[in-house]
Amino acid sequence: MRPWLLGPVQAAVALLLAPGLVGAIRWMKARLQSRAGSPPWQPYLELRKLFAKEVVVSSNASWLFRAAPFIVFGSTVTVTLLVPLLAVPLPFGGAGDLLVVVYLLLLGTFFLALAGLDPGSPFGGMGASREMTVAALAEPTMALAIFALAWGAGSTNLGQIALRTLSMPSEALAPGHVLAFAAIFLVTLAETGRLPVDNPSTHLELTMIHEAMILEYSGRYLALIEWAAALKLLVFFSLLGNLFAPWGVASVITPGALLWAAGTLALKLLALGGVIALVETHIAKLRLFRVPELLSASFILALLAVTASFLLR
Amino acid sequence: MRALFFLMVTGYATGAAASLVLGTGPLARWASTLAAVVGAAGGLGLAAGVCMGGAVFSLAAPDLLASAGGLAFSLDGLGAVFLALTSLVAAPSALYGAGYARAWDGRPMQRQAGFMLNMFLLSMSLVPLADGTLTFLLCWEGMSLSSYFLVMTEADHPEVAGAGQWYLGMTQMGLACLLGAFLLIAAGGPATFAQLRAAAALLPAGTRDLVFVLAVVGFGGKAGLIPLHVWLPRAHPAAPSHVSALMSGSMIKMGVYGLLRIGLDVLGGGPAWWGALVIGLGALSAVLGVLYALTEDDLKRLLAYSSVENVGVIALGVGAAYLFQSLQMLPAAAFALAAALFHAVNHAAFKGLLFMGAGAVLHATGTRNMNRLGGLIRGMPWTAALFLLGSVAIAGLPPLNGFVSEWLLFQALLPGIGAPSPLVAVLMVLALGMLALTAGLAAACFVKAFGITFLAIPRSPEAAAAHETAWSMRAGMIVLAAACLVLSAGSFAILPRLSAVAAPLVGLPAPGPVLRAGLTIQTPDGLAQMSPVIVGAGLGVVVLVAWLAVKGFASRRPLRVGETWGCGRVVQTPRMEYTSTAFAEPLRRIFAEFYRPTEDVSIDFHPDSRYFVHSISYRSAILPWFERYLYAPVIARTRLWSERVLALQSGSVHAYLAYLVAALVLLLGWLVATGRR
Amino acid sequence: MGLLSKILRTGIVTEPLPAGNSEVVHLIRDIDEESRRLFGRALGIREVDAGSCNGCEVEITGLMSPVYDSERFGFHFVATPRHADLLLVTGPVTRNMEVPLRKTYDATPAPKLVVAVGDCARSCGVFAGSYAVVGSVDRVIPVDVFVDGCPPEPEHILQGILTALRSGRA
Repeated sequence: MRPWLLGPVQAAVALLLAPGLVGAIRWMKARLQSRAGSPPWQPYLELRKLFAKEVVVSSNASWLFRAAPFIVFGSTVTVTLLVPLLAVPLPFGGAGDLLVVVYLLLLGTFFLALAGLDPGSPFGGMGASREMTVAALAEPTMALAIFALAWGAGSTNLGQIALRTLSMPSEALAPGHVLAFAAIFLVTLAETGRLPVDNPSTHLELTMIHEAMILEYSGRYLALIEWAAALKLLVFFSLLGNLFAPWGVASVITPGALLWAAGTLALKLLALGGVIALVETHIAKLRLFRVPELLSASFILALLAVTASFLLR
Repeated sequence: MRALFFLMVTGYATGAAASLVLGTGPLARWASTLAAVVGAAGGLGLAAGVCMGGAVFSLAAPDLLASAGGLAFSLDGLGAVFLALTSLVAAPSALYGAGYARAWDGRPMQRQAGFMLNMFLLSMSLVPLADGTLTFLLCWEGMSLSSYFLVMTEADHPEVAGAGQWYLGMTQMGLACLLGAFLLIAAGGPATFAQLRAAAALLPAGTRDLVFVLAVVGFGGKAGLIPLHVWLPRAHPAAPSHVSALMSGSMIKMGVYGLLRIGLDVLGGGPAWWGALVIGLGALSAVLGVLYALTEDDLKRLLAYSSVENVGVIALGVGAAYLFQSLQMLPAAAFALAAALFHAVNHAAFKGLLFMGAGAVLHATGTRNMNRLGGLIRGMPWTAALFLLGSVAIAGLPPLNGFVSEWLLFQALLPGIGAPSPLVAVLMVLALGMLALTAGLAAACFVKAFGITFLAIPRSPEAAAAHETAWSMRAGMIVLAAACLVLSAGSFAILPRLSAVAAPLVGLPAPGPVLRAGLTIQTPDGLAQMSPVIVGAGLGVVVLVAWLAVKGFASRRPLRVGETWGCGRVVQTPRMEYTSTAFAEPLRRIFAEFYRPTEDVSIDFHPDSRYFVHSISYRSAILPWFERYLYAPVIARTRLWSERVLALQSGSVHAYLAYLVAALVLLLGWLVATGRR
Repeated sequence: MGLLSKILRTGIVTEPLPAGNSEVVHLIRDIDEESRRLFGRALGIREVDAGSCNGCEVEITGLMSPVYDSERFGFHFVATPRHADLLLVTGPVTRNMEVPLRKTYDATPAPKLVVAVGDCARSCGVFAGSYAVVGSVDRVIPVDVFVDGCPPEPEHILQGILTALRSGRA
């Protein structure tokens, strides 16, 4: 197989797995709520339906409203070309490191927030304001957790970080590593709109963050945004799974190794999805103005992670 | 080289002369603009020549001001970077100004603004060229005074006069510090930088520290580092927008230039606490600057505070360079300095663009208050698209240039975690955290700046009637937008040049650390890479594929235009929209300890029933910490002393004669005592 | 941990589709197939209370409960008509809700269905003739199916949704 094909293959695998991940989390949550629930493949059906539906666009909206879904989707898919989902090192690994990944995702958030403001709906403005607040406060945690990882590996290069843990398995349980994992896990909850920061299944406009920005979207635009949101969840999960426990990731590019990598990735995603389902069953949503406390806790964790990784080197 | 230098000087000088001579009509306007563009082209060529060739350009004019030792110019790599960023903003702002100043045709301010703009450009371009204290201070003061007159162009507005006072006060305070710093190094009077360098090497450590602190205060004030930033959010909104673009894009960078020239070049670096001081001021300016920008409703003040933020970010890199140099981590120091220089150039491009965009909005609607704007993307599609590009760039989002320099700064600070002293390591970790927080808040801030100003329903009739700006103004913005793209795509070619400029300043041989590998840029150890070109191209391809796929496979039903969903409310008015104030409210609450907002709600009830209200008015302000606790006491004390001194001014001629005699006697006595003739 | 053990003790309470021959079982199987055909088995439902006494809402809430769990058929309630495929309208249409109801209908992207739930939605029930009432739901927007009952049971609402899906107007 030609190495450059690895990027598109990763993107395709991620695009295929992402809705299933969301569906699986929903299914597990339903089971924990004593419900039968919709089958795990439900999000695929929803996407298919949305792509077939009519699009209604507000008369106040500009071209930005119609361009934003593509930018949100595009930036998230670009990230899947850079993150080691299946293999290390990647052909485009030198084009972007962990910081590029984080800021590409922020680019998507930026445009989604603008799209929320565009139709002039009060809900959209509210969602945009809250989403940017949460994103801004999550940024320092993410950066410090990245540097905790980078300090150990000597580089912010994603492949480098994964390879180092592969070569020194004991590092996976080093305090800096574990603390950074916890910090990024909390950031994942905030960035992907999960409880206790945002309730992904709420119907109440006033409690929404992410959903409030996309209330105006319909049809194929909504499908793109939903797909991108699922993909973002997958990206964060695979960062957690493949940077901190990179076992299963292919280091030689053969179809067998890639299949094995896809299988282990799916297992890791399911495991993390199970944790999210349990967390979401156990805890209630935080008030918006309590969210900063959660994020400062995650910042402290990240700070400890960096400190631990250079004190205990 | 000489030819380019003279092209630059003659260009600007001709422009100034044309404004004086050709009257106040379109002819004068365009003649002075064209001359300025020619001057800027000369400046850019000169800077590029020095940057590419690596040779130092120098030219002495001992006959000019011969009594004081004559003028001398020379341009090395460091100066060339700053000359380049000045010239980069100069040509577009001159173009933009040609359109902007049309409103002043036939009024005396046309003549004054045209003359002062060219003088400003000339003196600012000569600051990085100046070789020697006299030349430097002359150009420096010329730059300050001409920009003061430019700020005062529309002096009939009361707020403009206040802004001018603050600006003048802070500038002259800064000048006094610089005079002090220069005199401390070379007590003998005017000297060239080479002489200063030699003199500085012999100074005792205490004096060197004092010189550095004076330089930080003097240059930091010009750069707008908190707490010396107070003039900036006043002067920038008051100035015409192309002048704001120049002041924010170029002039405040001269503060950074001065700090590097004195601290690294003349003094040759110092103890670790110098770096820590600059990093501290930088982190403070970055975080507080963006926090102030977030709550600002005035578009130009928002941009001004964002300049404070960005100067803070640059100072983080500069401080890291000082610190690493003192710790003998020379490649890391050169890398940090190159990153800071690159951010300075990038900021010149996008902040210039954004100020011009804000000026276009002001021109079209007559207001800078974002709570009265909105929906401009329909009336002003060009300005909107260009402002959006600037916003993405300044928010530090890939694949634009702001992200590249932010990435570099992150990578440049990272080695600090490994510094031998735990204190330094902790400082660096905190600086990294602050940098990340700043980046996140800046993204929020520019969602607000663009989203509230250009999107949704117009919040006032003026905004609804807004029209696109003149082509000359658009052209200015397009040039800078293109510069943002080029700086990002070409970063792999530009960075090695900056590395070569930075290396000798921290004591490394040129070309300094290698920051390039093919199309990607990389850290000096070669372990982390990033390529804005490839990321941008990848993003473009993915978006294109997604668009084609959706076009090909999704429903072909035509798009239907409907009302905005508002839970079935009967009419939607702009008053239902989120405003600039509302957008920042969550952050204002979260950082309430810092903002200390005061809120004042007064409700005017109907006389018959409290269930009906006539009007509700809401007023909210945040605590201006620095003005209240730092500047107010100083100003009050000064005023008190001035009033005491006023008692001397009795109005009697006899009294004045007596003062004269007393002064003469004192002077003679001092001369005799010191033994001079 | 207390919560987890309780979850384990309770198990799944959703009523299974028994193998018997009851009407409801057939109905639910049919819904499954029809909703698959029309909306790819993913149906977004927007509930509009056009002036109901909230009796119908209580029953509709039952649809989402673990016992009926309409989510297993791919139905889910959405927060905005933009995301909806079907409007579930209750109550007589009051004067104040006439415009919002019409706007909700306009805001829903095609294909879309309307199911009017409860006696009031068809005949205004006890509110008929009131000055505050405009009339039945079909006087304001086109209705595909009426579900009778005061209030109708969740099964009947499901049946109404099924009939609407079958009508295939979408």
